Amino acid sequence: MSEAKPAAAPSRGKMKAELSDHFKTYKDVWVFVEVERGQVHPVSWELMGEGRKLADKLGVELAGVVMGASGDGCDAAIATAYEYGADKVYTIQDPLLADYRNETYTKGMTELVNTYKPEILLLGATNLGRDLAGSVATTLKTGLTADCTALAIDDDRSLGATRPTFGGSLLCTIYTLNVRPQMATIRPRVMAMPDRQPGRSGGIVLHPLGMAEESVVTKILDFIPDAAKEDAHLAYADVVVAGGVGLGKPENFKLVKDLAAVLGAEYGGSRPLVQKGWIDASRQIGQTGKTIRPRLYIAAGISGAIQHRVGVEGADQILAINTDPNAPIFDFAHQGIVGDALTVLPALTEAFRRHLSRSQAAE
Amino acid sequence: MHIVVCIKQVPDSAQIRVHPVTNTIMRQGVPTIINPYDLYSLEEALRLRDQFNGKVTVLTMGPPMADQALRKALSIGADAAVLLSDRFFAGSDTLATSFALSSAIAKLSETDPVDMVFCGKQTIDGDTAQVGPGIAKRLELNQLTYVEKIRAVDLGARKITVERRAEGGVQVLTTALPCLVTMLEHTNTVRRGTMADMLRAARTEITVWNAAAAGIADIALCGLKGSPTVVKKVFAPQPRKEKAKMIEAAEGGDIASATVAALFAADGRLEETLFRQTGA
Ligand SMILES: Cc1cc2nc3c(=O)[nH]c(=O)nc-3n(C[C@H](O)[C@H](O)[C@H](O)COP(=O)(O)OP(=O)(O)OC[C@H]3O[C@@H](n4cnc5c(N)ncnc54)[C@H](O)[C@@H]3O)c2cc1C
Ligand SMILES: Nc1ncnc2c1ncn2[C@@H]1O[C@H](COP(=O)(O)O)[C@@H](O)[C@H]1O
Repeated sequence: MSEAKPAAAPSRGKMKAELSDHFKTYKDVWVFVEVERGQVHPVSWELMGEGRKLADKLGVELAGVVMGASGDGCDAAIATAYEYGADKVYTIQDPLLADYRNETYTKGMTELVNTYKPEILLLGATNLGRDLAGSVATTLKTGLTADCTALAIDDDRSLGATRPTFGGSLLCTIYTLNVRPQMATIRPRVMAMPDRQPGRSGGIVLHPLGMAEESVVTKILDFIPDAAKEDAHLAYADVVVAGGVGLGKPENFKLVKDLAAVLGAEYGGSRPLVQKGWIDASRQIGQTGKTIRPRLYIAAGISGAIQHRVGVEGADQILAINTDPNAPIFDFAHQGIVGDALTVLPALTEAFRRHLSRSQAAE
Repeated sequence: MHIVVCIKQVPDSAQIRVHPVTNTIMRQGVPTIINPYDLYSLEEALRLRDQFNGKVTVLTMGPPMADQALRKALSIGADAAVLLSDRFFAGSDTLATSFALSSAIAKLSETDPVDMVFCGKQTIDGDTAQVGPGIAKRLELNQLTYVEKIRAVDLGARKITVERRAEGGVQVLTTALPCLVTMLEHTNTVRRGTMADMLRAARTEITVWNAAAAGIADIALCGLKGSPTVVKKVFAPQPRKEKAKMIEAAEGGDIASATVAALFAADGRLEETLFRQTGA
């Protein structure tokens, strides 16, 4: 993927895609369905929703790619892929694919692409997706735009992939010229979850992996599941309460946790809090942390820097608490309280506690 | 043991400003730093070097002034530094960048075979996390990304065992050298160089290679020419039209109750959501 370098403005004449006859045969939009230890990462369905729009605009089919050991959640993943919009699924099922390994998955994915020729290939920007996408793009010698925030089809059918650049202060739109497929990764929660259409079905193409375990250099010795999967729900939480530098002292972060507890919400914070060691890195919200799309986001003592903003803009409702009426967070929050988080947070906690218990009693 | 660490000099993006009228980046005067993620990889490489008595070469592709980043890495403890600099490299995307860097690593291997290559997890300006995997693929190195811990390296058996961050847990992987590793952030504490390192850094000569010196025969694979992607436009994010509605306490009431009411009024299903998740 290109990094925006306006200084080295792309030379004229290199702006238009001129596809060779070979690449003109590349058709369809593919979404890599990330199955890890029997579980599909929800980002795959978010991408399926986005892929559906691109495929419809192009008038082509949308396909899911499912790799894994047979059983192991593959069948469920395939059935669900149709329900989220796939017309077709390409699948490789082999015991060697039981756990993710770069070698086996790269081989499988590049072979599928070379055999069935998609024009667009989307992957989640998870650790797995990024590990795989870089290898696949390099093997195919094609372009890859990482961590996109928006995808669109141009008049000439090419994919315009928009992503933050320069530390998130700007956006840029990137095109892959002359080579196919056009590859992009998108982070979890950047795209909305599409509606599921129960009972929707589609076609299936089985493909062999054609590898023997002896030929795979990397071996998996063990898998250590995370003890307390503390952070697992932040990205997918319906309500998130977060704090920032405005809280003043690490002890004050408790006020955020208290409100979160009363709301049954997840908590998080801005990047400086991670750097100061107040909260775990997995709790960071923003461009280099988690992207969230809750129904309600409450931000206390957070200024609303662009890198924070891009991670929370998908929230349905944002409430900001800040002493500074001119804080940038009020430019994109829906509701605001100009006030001291140290007094507003406990008052809110109390008001919600009262409300929730009173309504409960009334039922 | 010969380890190459790829580091990138990046603008300290916390300090980048956008010109309000022309919408272009005001780069003048923005200080540069070593990409922060690369430091965790550098530290890990230095640790292995200390353990096995080898050599750490830091490598960067960039303009001539990127030698500052290399000098800094030397002062932290790296043994040798190579700057890959050529106007043909201008405008490289990840595919072209990984081509140039892998060519230089192959060249280094001719005189001193490379056992391990380290890259940062990602850069803070490019931010793609793709250059590492790109280098691994081109050099046919076994790829270990998002490593939390290097458990063991057995130079005799040419094996390495690591803990790698995966979804919901940690994979313990073993593979053969040569390999490429990207370290996760906060997995070690980056050392400060010693006085001796700093003195040595000032004396060490930085090797500067252009494309030809790095053994690149086909410059069409470099820079803008070798990049399948192009940036067509750069723009500032759209400001939202409306500002936040400021909540104020009604007469005799308190702001917290007013807030609860305002939030429920704006989202009819919020209350139901809260009941569901608090089990009320
Ligand atoms: C490459 C890059 C990536 C980044 N990624 C992220 C990211 O993922 N996430 C992220 O959050 N940041 C990120 N940042 C950092 C970002 O630019 C900001 O520096 C950061 O978000 C600021 O955190 P803050 O709002 O907590 O602190 P500040 O900017 O210091 O703001 C504190 C706010 O608290 C208010 N305040 C003070 N006292 C009180 C009080 N008593 N009650 C209420 N309000 C009070 C102040 O008015 C101020 O608005 C990134 C930066 C870079 C360069
Ligand atoms: N120009 C460069 N010179 C040296 N190393 C680089 C360069 N660009 C990227 N890298 C390495 O590749 C890693 C990932 O970069 P990126 O793909 O831009 O996120 C970085 O952390 C560096 O280790």
